[in-house]
Amino acid sequence: MKTGTFWILTAVTVAVVFALSRLVSNDYFFFASYLVLQYIVLSTAWNILGGYTGYLNFGTAAFLAIGAYCSVVLHKLWGPPIPVLILAGGVLAGLLGLGMGYLTLRLRGVFFAISTLALAVVLQTLITNWDYVGGSRGVYIIRPQTAPLIGSYIQYLFLIMLILAGLSIAIARTIEHSTLGYGLATIRDDEMSAEASGVPTLRLKLISTTLSGALMGMAGAPLPYYVTYLDPTSGFNLTFAVNSIAMPLIGGTQYWLGPLIGAIFLGTIQQVATVTISSAVNLLIVGVLMVGFVVIAPNGIIGLFERRGRGRRG
Amino acid sequence: MTDLLLNAVASGILLGGFYAAVTVGIAISFGMLDIGNLAHPAFIILGSFTAYILNSNFGIDPILAGVLVIPGFLLLGWLIYETYYWSFERRGEEGLRGLAFFFGLLFITEVALILIFGVDYRFVEAPYIGPSLHLGEVDLPLRMLVPAAVSVVLVAILQLFLSRTFLGRAILAVPQDSGALRLMSVNPTHIKRIAFSISIATAALAGSCLIIIQPVEPSIGRDYIGRVFAICVLGGMGSFPGMFTAAILIGIAENITATFYGPSWSPAVAFGFLLLTLGFRPTGIMGR
Amino acid sequence: MSETLLKIEGLGKRFGGFVALEGIDVEVRAGERLGLIGPNGSGKSTLVNCICGTLHNEQGSVSFAGTAIDGLPAYQRTRLGLARSFQLPRPFRSMTVKQNLRVPILYTVNARSGTHLGERAIEERSAELLGLVGLEDKADKRPRDLTQIEMRKLELARAMAAEPKLLLADESMAGLSHSEVDDILVVLHRLVEQGLAIVLIEHIMRAVMSFSERLVVLVAGRKIADGEPQEVIRNPEVERAYLGE
Repeated sequence: MKTGTFWILTAVTVAVVFALSRLVSNDYFFFASYLVLQYIVLSTAWNILGGYTGYLNFGTAAFLAIGAYCSVVLHKLWGPPIPVLILAGGVLAGLLGLGMGYLTLRLRGVFFAISTLALAVVLQTLITNWDYVGGSRGVYIIRPQTAPLIGSYIQYLFLIMLILAGLSIAIARTIEHSTLGYGLATIRDDEMSAEASGVPTLRLKLISTTLSGALMGMAGAPLPYYVTYLDPTSGFNLTFAVNSIAMPLIGGTQYWLGPLIGAIFLGTIQQVATVTISSAVNLLIVGVLMVGFVVIAPNGIIGLFERRGRGRRG
Repeated sequence: MTDLLLNAVASGILLGGFYAAVTVGIAISFGMLDIGNLAHPAFIILGSFTAYILNSNFGIDPILAGVLVIPGFLLLGWLIYETYYWSFERRGEEGLRGLAFFFGLLFITEVALILIFGVDYRFVEAPYIGPSLHLGEVDLPLRMLVPAAVSVVLVAILQLFLSRTFLGRAILAVPQDSGALRLMSVNPTHIKRIAFSISIATAALAGSCLIIIQPVEPSIGRDYIGRVFAICVLGGMGSFPGMFTAAILIGIAENITATFYGPSWSPAVAFGFLLLTLGFRPTGIMGR
Repeated sequence: MSETLLKIEGLGKRFGGFVALEGIDVEVRAGERLGLIGPNGSGKSTLVNCICGTLHNEQGSVSFAGTAIDGLPAYQRTRLGLARSFQLPRPFRSMTVKQNLRVPILYTVNARSGTHLGERAIEERSAELLGLVGLEDKADKRPRDLTQIEMRKLELARAMAAEPKLLLADESMAGLSHSEVDDILVVLHRLVEQGLAIVLIEHIMRAVMSFSERLVVLVAGRKIADGEPQEVIRNPEVERAYLGE
């Protein structure tokens, strides 16, 4: 399928899903779906750097939170509409990705991973000590009642996240089939060999980190309006990191479809578990599933299907 | 002002001494065996909780409790290494999937502890928690002095083991020349398994030291990820003396930050150190 | 064809206190067949890595086709026309053999100003290269399905896909059988016919002797001989290095 066709198909899917969602009157559906959609964006974004390029980011929370807190600041300053916030969050998080990448991408993958964790903690400490955004006490954001044209504000948030999900998937697929995608794959497979083949590895890695970070920041931008109360502990929650890694690992890291499958699968399980059992058990399930898949099925759900399809070891 | 500084430095040294006990496990598993065990801090917290159980239910001294559970932790390390080896090292994919594996273990351990013990802070009781040694202007709290002393003993024992025993020297040989080991009919995998188990066993003792110094709840392990890797890297990866020096440096830096700028800034110190070191002076850890 | 393609002057490399290479002077002319030999640990691979940019040499300079390339990252050196194959083959495991060849074409050939190969041209070029090394019927296989010698041929094909002027073939024959070595020699001769200069780094003496016009010998990080193969091996220092005291 040509890239252009895919973009059109994605746009159509988004429109159809939104149209169908208008038939739902239960607000809970929109609240729950927002989270799943957010995770589609986060895991797709994570996978661009993790699955395509082979560098594991454990600091997803940092990028998400930058987007969220950027919105908080802009909201306090003059309250622009969400699309502007998304743009701002994306730019800021993208710059963060670029900066961090520049500092750490010349190191081995394991040091990059630890640096991303370090980044999340440093950022969290900075925000905790910044009173303008509420510091450790957190900040309250008033969610508007209605949105122009759409009506219910929560449906508006749902639509925003739906569009972001479609956007990130389309971007991921475009990368996969492009020259950039080939380059990233060689970095993942064997970086030294990639350099010897003429691939400008540092430059491509920086593009990957910036893009991945930017998408995560964009996913974080509407968050304050969704949760209405934001504090560093929830904004920088490790669950974001675990989920954005677990979902692509479970779904499959080589293709854009993997994070989507993983996000829907794991996201739905989590919603059900949180409501029926408890949120702590839910987290346990995520952790166990992640370790289980990494150990038993490293190519994820997609890998399992590939194996059966080809009849030999995937 | 000066005695505030003196005390900050003094307890920073003690804190750093304790950090060495926390890091020695990583110095072995990561510094020597090149296994990115992100879950190590979680096992330390596990050690804290086992000390808590033995202390609150049976009145056992926390340090003694730490020593008693060492066999259990050795077994735990053995099992984890087996899983790691069979899933990753054997297939040659240890690098990044291995990291995800340990990250998952970190998470599972933390959540499991929350499910069993809840999020409340737990503490232990011992006669040396509370009183301090007074040396002129400087106060040395015993609850920090004892763990620091234990740490010195632990690291010293390990250092002797590594340099004087056959097994220990085999462990040191693994990163340098596995081929030579095989020629001596020593199986490198077996050696790594033992070394990794030892590294997890250190967590038992480090955990009991931790809960002596401060009350513990399941999620504080995360603060230690940055610390242990920062100390390990700064200390030159496998070197114990280097690690000890780095630990003390970071202990002092954290304490001074906490004293003069407030404790809410201290998590960032070690992580900040790590980022700066990795960004500007990562000797010996460049490139793939 | 006697222009100097690769010029190494006074190259030195240390690892901490260990001196891996010292005072290395070597020149390679366009189209030349140079053999590089030396006992294990003499610094051959270190030299290759310094030339290609994987390692940084603290002393001396390397220039290629008249341009000083010190400090240039490896990928830029490849783009200038300096290719290498790895001692232990390092194919891209998630891609097919054909896709492995795509990468150097996309990132080296297409990155040079003045050349841009479209899809069809890339296909043709890949098929050509596979034919050159004899891997035509493995085009859609993955590296894990290849034999040792097929992997080494893929290594060479990948290096060639970057359309280099000079190829550093780092122990491409290690561990191969007698006839497989001949196989690789045939491939290398084909490449030379295309105008390529080749530096053959090898332990297999008969291959090096039959292939090289010139022989350079490294021992303990220093160059101890540089000249006609027959004369070089009669050099007493070289004999001592190989036969021992």
